[in-house]
Amino acid sequence: MRFVDEYRDAGKAGALAARVAALCEPGRSYKFMEVCGGHTHTIYRHGLTDHLPEAVTLVHGPGCPVCVIPMGRVDDAIHIAGQPDVIMTSFGDMMRVPGGTGSFLDAKARGADIRMVYSPLDALKIARENPGRRVVFMAIGFETTAPSTAMTVLRARDEGIGNFSVFCNHVTIIPAVKAILDSPDLRLDGFVGPGHVSAVIGCRPYGFIARDYGKPLVVTGFEPLDVLHAVYRILLQLDGGRAEVENQYSRVVPWEGNPRALEVIGEVMELRPYFEWRGLGFISHSALRMREEYAAFDAERIFRIPGGRVADPKACQCGEVLKGVLRPWECKVFGTACTPETPIGTCMVSSEGACAAYYTFGRFSRERVREATGG
Amino acid sequence: MNAEEGTALRARGAGRAAPPEGGPPAAGREEEVLERISRARRRGARVREERLTLAHGAGGKATHTLIEAVFLESFRNPLLEPLEDGAIVDGLAFTTDAFVVTPLFFPGGDIGDLAVNGTVNDLAMCGAHPRHLSAAFILEEGFPVADLRRITASMARAAQAAGVSIVTGDTKVVENGKADGCYITTSGIGVVERPVRLSAASARPGDAVIVSGPVGEHGVTVMLARGELDIRADVVSDTAPLNTLTARLLDACGDGEVRCLRDATRGGVATVVNEIAESSRVAVVLEEGAIPVRPAVRGACELLGIDPLYVACEGRMVAVVARRSAEAALAALRSHPLGSQAAVVGWIGDDPPGLVLLKTAFGGTRIVDLLVGDPLPRIC
Repeated sequence: MRFVDEYRDAGKAGALAARVAALCEPGRSYKFMEVCGGHTHTIYRHGLTDHLPEAVTLVHGPGCPVCVIPMGRVDDAIHIAGQPDVIMTSFGDMMRVPGGTGSFLDAKARGADIRMVYSPLDALKIARENPGRRVVFMAIGFETTAPSTAMTVLRARDEGIGNFSVFCNHVTIIPAVKAILDSPDLRLDGFVGPGHVSAVIGCRPYGFIARDYGKPLVVTGFEPLDVLHAVYRILLQLDGGRAEVENQYSRVVPWEGNPRALEVIGEVMELRPYFEWRGLGFISHSALRMREEYAAFDAERIFRIPGGRVADPKACQCGEVLKGVLRPWECKVFGTACTPETPIGTCMVSSEGACAAYYTFGRFSRERVREATGG
Repeated sequence: MNAEEGTALRARGAGRAAPPEGGPPAAGREEEVLERISRARRRGARVREERLTLAHGAGGKATHTLIEAVFLESFRNPLLEPLEDGAIVDGLAFTTDAFVVTPLFFPGGDIGDLAVNGTVNDLAMCGAHPRHLSAAFILEEGFPVADLRRITASMARAAQAAGVSIVTGDTKVVENGKADGCYITTSGIGVVERPVRLSAASARPGDAVIVSGPVGEHGVTVMLARGELDIRADVVSDTAPLNTLTARLLDACGDGEVRCLRDATRGGVATVVNEIAESSRVAVVLEEGAIPVRPAVRGACELLGIDPLYVACEGRMVAVVARRSAEAALAALRSHPLGSQAAVVGWIGDDPPGLVLLKTAFGGTRIVDLLVGDPLPRIC
């Protein structure tokens, strides 16, 4: 843990914060988007905004894997879970995400066999141990989690495990960022770039953000000092009139990414022509599906899924929040109709979701909290 | 929300995040929204679900809602209403607790000593001297008798260590598949010998918040013992009877100086301090850096993406003590083997009432809210 503590040191944070403040042009305000939900969680969990000057606002982006799953896909998964002999397996985050007909937790309470796993390999193990059952893994996440899903499918094939399949909902980060950049109602000055995703895809794919849109992007780690450092480096670029892709997280992210992981994804999965994102609508080439060769492991082919599209609840403004157009508290149902107990939108479910993070960690104004904590 | 408010918010929602020209400044509007949320949170509890989910048993918001909307609604009386760890009736403290842990045996303990210590601790938290326990067993057809013997032996040892006797009980055997091996319910009575009035509603601004030792050990141990995670860590359950520790603490402090004792079981320290903040209508301010957490527990929690503050302990308590007695309280706790790592982890403030704030080691602040259900591991 000593390794981690170094990145959480209040003294170092204070010194870096002073340098951040010094780089801000008087009278100018800055909006940076952290794309990744892991960063959102870090920012709130450590109270990072207390170290930022008023002029710098962090806008929470679309990189929370469960937040972007549309309601129709949750319903499809619950439908699969209700088929004879099925054991549905899912990451914990996903358990409370509402579909049109409730969440996994609700379906489980109605009798479906839905189990929480920590990795797709755990799901494969359940399949191995229950040969009479059909075990489905609810695969979600960006390029971060896609390689482990793909690896698991390869292992299932190699071991000849026929009762295992994947309900593939993997998405890709670049089309989502591009959709946000093309959104007319948004003004951003730079990006805190994803960390774990970049460990897979590398830094090169972000080139267009700097080149075509003129926005700095700094690939960043998940400790609070990492994020603060990224803010500093973005400001440094703006100060020098530069827009480049930089890698702050080189201790984990190689510039070229992880070719082997990309190869494994490419072996098992292919791009879908289009995929619906919660709140953002349909984005072309933004998600992965199983290749024909792996049809035997593709829950979408094995089970007849309804595939219905469920419109997001009218009151829910997840889309605006995911794009960073609205701050969580500006959504009209935030905290009243939509709470972590009764989430309407997905952003209110995962601790990486902008709304849940804000509700549980940061709900009160800085002034009031500062006064209360005597700091 | 009235129609006018709705329109105003919608108009804002359609615009950019920056304050619209002529509108009130963002900070003011934020306050307004947050005030509305506070009002919504104060509304009476209501169970919206048609069926229970596991979240209702996790000790967080869903459990509180269930207790208030269903149990308290049906059983309401002045003894139950404060929802303390036990009730004080005619000089006797009375409490009950059910145990359903999986696996039944784990490093540092088993369901047997847990069942004894849990009830002993609930009595101790009332300031009582635990005396007699009952034990009811719900056993599953096919359960190994050897395992049952192991559990009862462990209960006997725990009872002896805590100075209590198990004086009555009940046994039921249910069909295979209708129970998870063995469920135990224990009830207990204890004698209140001191003129104490411990209550979660008694915390006052200025009081110190103390935890009696490193947090999260039991919960992490059980999570790892389930074998679903490929994580090994050198950690054992902290299950222990706290009655001699509480006695030492109460003896060291003057009458009324100890405001409240709570064992930090389900939902962990975070849940307990939230209950205190809510019942006493005070703010609780915690210092992250002061909260004792063993490195192995911290490491496992980091890997799982969960917060040790929400992880169950079975031999740790939170004490709220008047500031002038904090040092004496700490010295008394540290003189006991179960309190050797006790620490002052925060204090009671007055605003915002009902809220727990954490000063992070990173130098920031955040809210520590009740969780809805179990802490769910994050995926990446």
